[in-house]
Order: sequence, then structure tokens, then C-alpha cells
Amino acid sequence: MLTDLYVSGDSPVHRARPVRKIVALIVVCTGLFIFEGWPSVLTAGILVGAGFAMAGLRPRHALASLRPALWILVAIFAVQAMLTDALFAGFVTARFVVLILAAALVTLTTRTSEFVEGILAALTHAPHWIPKHQIALAISLCLRFIPLVRTVLEEVRQAQQARGTHASLTALLVPLVVRTLKTGDEVAQAIYARSPE
Amino acid sequence: MMPAPKPAVITFRDVVVEKNGTPILAGLTLRLSERRIGVIGRNGSGKSTFARLFNGIETPSSGEVGIDGKTGRKDLRRHVGFVFQNPDNQIVYPIVSEDLAFGLKNLKLTQQETAARIDTVLTRFGLAHLRDRFTHQLSGGEKQMIALAGVLVMQPRVIVFDEPTTLLDLCNKRRFMAALQELEQQIVVVSHDLDLLQGFDRVLHFENGTLCEDGPPAPVIAAYVARSQC
Repeated sequence: MLTDLYVSGDSPVHRARPVRKIVALIVVCTGLFIFEGWPSVLTAGILVGAGFAMAGLRPRHALASLRPALWILVAIFAVQAMLTDALFAGFVTARFVVLILAAALVTLTTRTSEFVEGILAALTHAPHWIPKHQIALAISLCLRFIPLVRTVLEEVRQAQQARGTHASLTALLVPLVVRTLKTGDEVAQAIYARSPE
Repeated sequence: MMPAPKPAVITFRDVVVEKNGTPILAGLTLRLSERRIGVIGRNGSGKSTFARLFNGIETPSSGEVGIDGKTGRKDLRRHVGFVFQNPDNQIVYPIVSEDLAFGLKNLKLTQQETAARIDTVLTRFGLAHLRDRFTHQLSGGEKQMIALAGVLVMQPRVIVFDEPTTLLDLCNKRRFMAALQELEQQIVVVSHDLDLLQGFDRVLHFENGTLCEDGPPAPVIAAYVARSQC
């Protein structure tokens, strides 16, 4: 899950400015598509691997990052193998693996608040009518409330099951939406209460 | 424990709150200067609306609320902290230390000052080990303590609690009550848990949007219990 990714540490990768990490990620991803072929994938793979090592991350962190995309990777490999050949399918899949790991390296070593500050920094020269702080807060709230909404969904699902209701989308969505909206109201009040200015 | 500062004087002058034409609170005039104030009443009696007026979350339809003579909403928000019933709705950031820093960003403190305030509060309540934890992975009791810590880092003069122990088990409730006892701030606690209000200086009892009892805990709670025979 997105919010479970950050691994605390004090490595140079952790300390690097978020904007630089995001720019480096864009450069690596773009480079992988501009310079097609195994050398570029291997070079990017080595760079990402070095980044993982420098950040003190373990193979299990890399595997945990890849696990949610496993079935998509398998599907990509299978389709490419059918349409072309196994070697090209391996290349395309390896490129996606490197892309996912590069993105994971950034999220594993960057706190949400640093992301938010990075976004604010990027929006420094944006027109005054763009609500910079509200955008940054909205992003952090999205990350915070993914697990909360998931918990509500699970509670509603269990309550439906306890009452003998199965596989009813309406019965699931109506209480979920109502509870989420109520929670939204209270969160808005809490943000107001916690913001003295 | 830090020396207790002089309690603020909170005033309600002819406060009326209406929602969609329905009166929630009717003509409330009150002066509160006690250190520990409890608020009780049945569901829908107006006590939560009353609590939300302290911090400016709720605004009166008429009348005014003030703290030490100042009636601006900014003054109320700066000096009064609010702890909600459900900490899940109060915690805004995914990591504990980030969440505690949320309100402090408005105060334009340096990074060192922010970190120092957070460390002081976490250490004081034995929560330092939670500093880098994900907020959604905390237990209910830990979340409530972090919600309180998020208010304490702002160094308010008054803290209002809206049914703070409703979602806590016995052990966490006792821990939370001990934390309340330690606070040097003036506190206002809205609660159905009458044990929580023992030893308070003053208890207010609301019924149908009006203040029907006001005084020391024992007689007010006794009157409330007598009225609530089911």
C-alpha cells in the first residue's frame, strides 16, 4: 500500500531534496524509452540497485514494491511473448521492473511531508490564483485516508455479511459513501480547529 | 509537571445557535474561569455544539464567545485546542511526526523549533517511540494520545475534549484520564463518562439546548442521573 512504503533512514538518498529525486526519476524513465535495448535497461537497473544499496534498503523492500504489479508484469510478458518472442518479452518486462523499482526508490526514501514541500516548491512561481497549500494538503489527505476508507469498506462489508447480504454493490456503496462524507465533514472541522491562522 | 498558568476567562454572551431554523442552543450567557470544567447531557442536548463554540468551529447565530475579553475567531482558534471523539478524523498526515507538525506550520517556526516542540510533547507522554510510525497502524489508545499531542504542540491555553474516551478500552481510558490529570491547561470535557468528571471544579448540564444545572460535580451529576432514569 502506498502509505506503507516509506522506510525511515538517514542515507544520502533519504537526505536528497525530493525535487531532485523526482527529476532523477523522470530522467531515468525517459532515458529507458529513448535508448531502447538491453544496455539501457541494465545501466538503469544497476543505478537503481546502487540507489537501493546506498539507501540501506533490502531485497524484501524491492519485492514488496513489485508484488502489487506482479500479475500485470506476467500479463505483459505473456502478451509480448505471444506477439513477438520470449527475448523481447523479457526486455519489455525488465524495463517495467526497473521503472517500478526506480519509482519505489523515491517513495521508499521520501516522506509524505517532503513530497508536499516538493510540490509547494515546484508551484512557487505558479499564478497566485492557484491554491498551492490546498493542493499540497489535498495530496497528503489522499495518502492519509486511503487506509481509513479501506477500513470503513471492510467494516461495511463485514456488517453486510453478518446480516446475510452478499455481493450487493448498492448495499456496500451507500453506507461507504455516507460514512466517508460524514468523515470528510469532521476532518474539515478538525483541520480548521488545528489551524490557528 | 509545569506550573499551572492562570486559567483564561471564557465568556458566552446571549449565544444562540440555530440550524435550519431549529434552535440548538438558546440564549446562553456564561462565564467560565475554572481549571477543570465538565459538560454532560443527553444525546442531542446541545453539548457538542456548545463545545464547538469554544474553538470557533461552530459560530453563534447571535451573541458572542470570547476568551479574556477577545471575541475574534482567530483568538479563539489560537488559544483553544480541540480533541475530537474519533482520532481517525483528527489525524491528517500518514506519519506521527508529520501530523504533529501540521498545526505548527501556521506558526512559522523553524525546523528546530518544530522538532523540539514535537519531541517535548512525545517524550512527556511516553510516546517518543511512535514518532516515525504510520498513524493508521496505531492502536485506538495510541491514536487518541497522538490526537492530544497534536493539540498540545500548539500550546493552547484551553483544551476542549468532545467525548474523548468513548472509543477507548478500560486500560487506554485510564491512561488517557491520567494524561488529563497531568495537563496544566484549562480543560473542558464533554462526556457521558461520569467517572471522568470526578474532581472537576464545575460541571454544566445541558438539556434541550439550555443549561439546566451548573455547579460542583456531585449535585449536578446527581441531578442528571435522577433525570435520566429510563
